[in-house]
Amino acid sequence: MEVPILKQQHYLIATVQAALTDADLTHLRDALVERVGEFRSHAVIVDVTALDVMDSFASRTLRDLAYMIRLRGAETVIVGIQPEVAFAMVQLGLNLEGVATALDLEEGLAFLNHKGKSRGAGSNLSRN
Amino acid sequence: MCVEWHVTLSLIADVRRLRFDSIARFSQEVVVMVVVVKSNVSPRFKSQQDTEFTAALLRELVAHLRQNRTQLRQEWARRIQEAQLLTAMSEEEIFAEATSVYDNYVEAVETGTFEALQAYARNLSERVIPRGVETDEVVGIVLLLRDVLARSLFAKYQDDFDKLNSILDAYEPAANRIANTVAVGFVQERERIIREQQEAIRELSTPVLQVRERLLILPIIGAIDPHRARQLTEQLLRAIRTNRAKVVVIDITGVAAMNSVVASHLVQTVEASRLLGAMVIVTGLSPEIAQTLVTIGVDLGKMHTVGDLQGGIEEAERLLGYKVISIVEEAPQA
Repeated sequence: MEVPILKQQHYLIATVQAALTDADLTHLRDALVERVGEFRSHAVIVDVTALDVMDSFASRTLRDLAYMIRLRGAETVIVGIQPEVAFAMVQLGLNLEGVATALDLEEGLAFLNHKGKSRGAGSNLSRN
Repeated sequence: MCVEWHVTLSLIADVRRLRFDSIARFSQEVVVMVVVVKSNVSPRFKSQQDTEFTAALLRELVAHLRQNRTQLRQEWARRIQEAQLLTAMSEEEIFAEATSVYDNYVEAVETGTFEALQAYARNLSERVIPRGVETDEVVGIVLLLRDVLARSLFAKYQDDFDKLNSILDAYEPAANRIANTVAVGFVQERERIIREQQEAIRELSTPVLQVRERLLILPIIGAIDPHRARQLTEQLLRAIRTNRAKVVVIDITGVAAMNSVVASHLVQTVEASRLLGAMVIVTGLSPEIAQTLVTIGVDLGKMHTVGDLQGGIEEAERLLGYKVISIVEEAPQA
C-alpha cells in the first residue's frame, strides 16, 4: 500500500494509513528523499498515528529516512507515535536517536514553524 | 524406630522456633528424614489388607482422641500458654479456639478429608490476623497439638511397640497434613490481605498533574517496584497525549531507593516520552540514588535533571516560554 505524500507549502507530509510492509516502508523512504529535493522542501513530517505496531525494521527505516533527509538539507519530524508503541519501542531499544518527534501533526507543524522562524531570522539576506 | 521418631519430633520442635519461610525448606528435610526412617525400618508395601488395617487403627485412634477429649484439650491449652503463644488472646478465647480446633482436628483424622478444616483454618486466620497473631504462633499451636496427641499415644501404647508403630503410621500422615493445611491456610490468608493492601496502595498511586498549559508534574512517592514503574509509565504516556504536554517534571524526592531495573525503566520512560514529543525533567534525586545510578552505570545522557521540584518547574516554564514575574516587587516599599 502506497503512502500518499502531500506537499504543504515548504513541508512534505506523509500520513501512514495502515500497517506497512517492509517494501512499502523502503519505498516511502526513497520517495521522500527524492521529493524533498524536487520540491525544495524545508522539512518532512511522517505521521504514524495509525500504526499500533512499530518493529525494528520500521524504526530503523524511519531513522535512516531522517538521516538521509538531513543530508539532503531538510528536517524530519515523526509525529503521532502511540503511547503503547512508544514504550514498546523503547523497551526494544529502538529510540529513534537524533530524530525529532512530536505528539501529532499540529505539534509537528508548530515545531517546524518555530524552528523555521529562528532560521529565517538568520537567513534574511539569502532570501531577499 | 521409636528413637528415630523422637528425633523427628525434636526436629519438628526446632522447626517451630524458626521463621515460617525457612520452615518450608526445613520441613522438606524432615519429610526426607521420616521417609528414610520409614524405608529403613519397615520396608513394606501397601496392600488391600494393609489399608483395612490402617482404617481400623484410625478408628481406634479417633476413639482414643474422643475419649480423652477434655483432658487432652486442657493439656494442649496449658502447653500453649506455657510456650507463650497466642499472647494476643485471653485464656478463655484460647480454650474456646482450642476446643474447636481439636474437634476439627479429630474429624480430619477420622474422615481423611480436609475441606472442613481448611475452611475453619481460613476463618480462624481471618479472625486472628487483625489481632496480631503471627504465623509462627499458628504453626506452633498446631505442632503443639500434634505433640500432645503423640505423647498421649506413647503413654497409651508404651507396652506394645508394634502397636505403637502401626498407630503412629496411621497418625503421622494425617497429622502432618493437618499441620500443613492449617499453616498453608494461614499463609494464604496473610497473602490475600497483603495483596489487597497492595491493590489499595496502587489505587492511591501517583497522580499525573497538570500545573500549566502543556506542563505536567508526576510526583513519585514511596518504593517503586517494576510493576508500579510500568503502571506509572503507562499513566504518564497517556496523560502526555490527553493533555498535549510538552514538558513533564518527574519528581522523585519521595523515592528512597532505586535498583537498576527501576532506574533503566525511568530512562525508558524519558525516552518514550520524547517519542511522544514531550521533554522530561527529573528532579529531586537524593545523594543515595545519584550514587546508585552512577555506580550501576545507568546511561544518564538522555536524562535532564534539576535539583529540586521548584527548579524543575522553573526550568520547564523557561522551556515553554513562560516568565513568572513577582508583582509585589514592582510596588515601592514603604
